[in-house]
Amino acid sequence: MRFLPLVWASLFHKKTRLVLTLLSLTAAFMLFGLLQAVSVLFSSGADFVGANRLITQARVSFTQPLPLALLPRIEAIPGVARVAYSQFFGGIYIDERNFFPQFTVEPERLLDCYPEWKLPADQREAFIRTKTGAIVGRKLVEKYGFKIGDKIPLKSFIFTKKDGTRAWEWEVVGIFDGQDEDWAGRSNLMYLNYGHFDEARQFGQGSAGVYIIRVADPNESERIANDIDRQFENSPDETKTQTEKDWNLSFARQIGDIGLIVTAILGAVFFTILLVTGNTMSQAVRERIPEFAVLKTLGFSDGKVTALVLAEAFALCLIGGLIGMVLAVGAAKVVSGLLNGSPVVVQPVVWLQALATMVALAFAVGIFPALRARRLQIVDALAGR
Amino acid sequence: MPVPSAFPPPQYTLKPDPEPVMTALVSIRGVSKRYTRGKQTVEVLAKLDLDIASGDFLALMGPSGSGKTTLLNLIGGLDQPSDGEIRVNDKRIDQLSSNALAKWRARHVGFIFQFYNLLPVLTAEANVELPLLLTDLSKAQRKKAVAAALAVVGLSERATHKPNELSGGQQQRVAIARALVADPTLLVCDEPTGDLDRKTADEVLTLLQDLNRNYGKTIIMVTHDAKAAEYATHQLHMDKGALVVSGAAA
Ligand SMILES: Nc1ncnc2c1ncn2[C@@H]1O[C@H](COP(=O)(O)OP(=O)(O)OP(=O)(O)O)[C@@H](O)[C@H]1O
Ligand SMILES: [Mg+2]
Repeated sequence: MRFLPLVWASLFHKKTRLVLTLLSLTAAFMLFGLLQAVSVLFSSGADFVGANRLITQARVSFTQPLPLALLPRIEAIPGVARVAYSQFFGGIYIDERNFFPQFTVEPERLLDCYPEWKLPADQREAFIRTKTGAIVGRKLVEKYGFKIGDKIPLKSFIFTKKDGTRAWEWEVVGIFDGQDEDWAGRSNLMYLNYGHFDEARQFGQGSAGVYIIRVADPNESERIANDIDRQFENSPDETKTQTEKDWNLSFARQIGDIGLIVTAILGAVFFTILLVTGNTMSQAVRERIPEFAVLKTLGFSDGKVTALVLAEAFALCLIGGLIGMVLAVGAAKVVSGLLNGSPVVVQPVVWLQALATMVALAFAVGIFPALRARRLQIVDALAGR
Repeated sequence: MPVPSAFPPPQYTLKPDPEPVMTALVSIRGVSKRYTRGKQTVEVLAKLDLDIASGDFLALMGPSGSGKTTLLNLIGGLDQPSDGEIRVNDKRIDQLSSNALAKWRARHVGFIFQFYNLLPVLTAEANVELPLLLTDLSKAQRKKAVAAALAVVGLSERATHKPNELSGGQQQRVAIARALVADPTLLVCDEPTGDLDRKTADEVLTLLQDLNRNYGKTIIMVTHDAKAAEYATHQLHMDKGALVVSGAAA
C-alpha cells in the first residue's frame, strides 16, 4: 500500500500517452461490456420465468402463416386467459425511408392481450367498429404528426389487394401510448384492423402470422407453451411457442451467430489494445531504466521492481477497463431502448469476464517490461550502457 | 558562500558523533575487477588494498577511466569484484546475493550521483521518502524523518516541489537528503558537484563537510575537482586501476 503513490505518480510520467492509452482501454472495455451483454442475452436459453405472454408461430418459420382455425383449440387449453392473432403487414409510408412496423390485428383481442397500451375508451370502440381503422403509437405521432381522422396510405411489400394494387389506405381512429416510460419508448408502431385486411387481400384469407397468448399465471407459462405445441404436433400446422421476449430475440438471432460475431469483433479489438497498451508499457519502462536503476540502488529488490512495473500495468488496465465498463452500462440502457423491450444489462457474469480480461491484459502487457526492469544491472544502467 | 551556520540546529535524529573512531569501516583486500568483451579481458582494478576509517571524508581523484567509479560501486555494493574481499563494518559484502546486497545497501549506504537522479514525477519529499518505504516505519514516522532530512539540507520550504522546479544545487541537496534519510553508515558520492557551478558546488561540499564533521558520517567522494577535494579529510589518487598514495589535506 505504501508503494501506491509511487505507482500512481509513475503512471503520469507521460500524461498525453497515458490519456491516449486510457482512451483506447476505455473504448475497448466499453465495447466489451456492451457486446458481451448482448451476447449473453442472445445465448441465454428459453426462459419462462415471469412470462405472462407467449407467442405461437409456425414451427418452420415465422413467415409461414397459421390458420385461424387453431384459435379455439388454443383457447381451450387450461390456463390461457386470452388469445389474439396478428399478421405483419409490411407497409411503406410514402417513401422507403419511412419504415415502421404495422400489424393487422383483431382489435379487441389484441388490446386485451396488451393492457400495457393505453388509449381512451371511445377510440378503442372506434378501432373495434371501423374495419379500415388503425391506431397509431405515440412515438409515431410525434414523428409524423398523425391525427385522428387522417387517411394513411401504406404500400405493402407483402400483400396485394383483390384489385391487384398494393396501395392500402387506413384511417386513424385512435392514438395509443405506453403505460410507462419503457412502453412509451416502444410505441413506434401501428395496429391495423384485421377485418378490412382479410376481406380485401388477394391471398391467404383466414390466416395470421402469429398467435399471442396471455396466460393467467406466469408460473404456468412453460407448461402452457408445451401444451400448445403438443396439441399441433404431427399436424400440417406444427407450432413453436416462445415467450414474447425470446420471440423478439429470435428475430435478431436470424442475422447470424451473434456469439461468433461478438467473439470475432472482440478478438480484433483486444489484439489492438494488447499492442497499444503493450507499447505504452514497454516505452514507459524503457524511458525510465535509469529511474529503476536508482530504485535498485536505494535498496529496492529485483522482486519489488518487478512488482512495481506489474502494479503500474494493473493500475492502467483497471482504470481504463472500469471506466469503459461503467460507460458500457450506460450504453446498454441506450441499446435496450433500440431493441424494443429486450433489456440489455451488463450482467454480473460480464463484469467478472471484464475483470478477468483486465487482469490477463495487465499481466500480458506488464510481464516483459517488468522482467526487463528486473534484469537490469545497476552499474550499466547508471552509466547509460 | 560557505555557510555552515545556515543549517538548522541538529534537530536531525542521528546521534552526532564528533570524535571520529579510528577503526577501518571499509576494508578492501586484493580486489580486482575485470570486464570481458568478446576475447578481450580488461582489468579495471588490479589487486587493490584499501582501508577507510570510520568518520573519514575521503576524496578519490584520478584521470578519467582510472577506475574511480568502479571502485566506488564495489564499496557501495552496487557491483561485485572479480577477486578479493570487501568488508564493511566487518561484514563481507563481496559474496552476497543480489537480494541480500539490496537489503544491505538500503540499510548501510547513501548514494549521491553527479546528475542527482531524482525521480522526476515525485516531489522532493516523496523522493526523500523512497528509502524509508523499505523500512517498517509508519507513515507518521516517515514524514518526520523526511522533514528532518530536508531541514538538514536547508530545503524545508521546497518539500512539495518537483525536481524540474528546483535548481541543480537544490536537486543535489534533495538527493543528499534522500541519501541521509535512512541514517546510513556510509555516504558514497560520484562527482556530486560535477554538474554544478563553483558557488553551488561549494554550498554542497560545505553541506557534506558538515555531515562528516557534525553527524559523523563517513563519506567517500569521487571528484575531478582539486578544490572540491580540499573539503575532504583525506585524498587518494588512482591511476590505471591502482592507488597512488598521497598526503592528507587540511
Ligand atoms: N561494464 C563495463 N564493461 C567494459 N568496460 C567497463 C565497464 N565498466 C567500466 N569499464 C571500463 O573500466 C574503466 C574504468 O571505468 P570507471 O567508470 O571506473 O572510470 P572512472 O575513473 O570513473 O572515469 P571517469 O572519471 O570518466 O568517470 C574504463 O576504461 C571503462 O571503460
Ligand atoms: Mg566515473
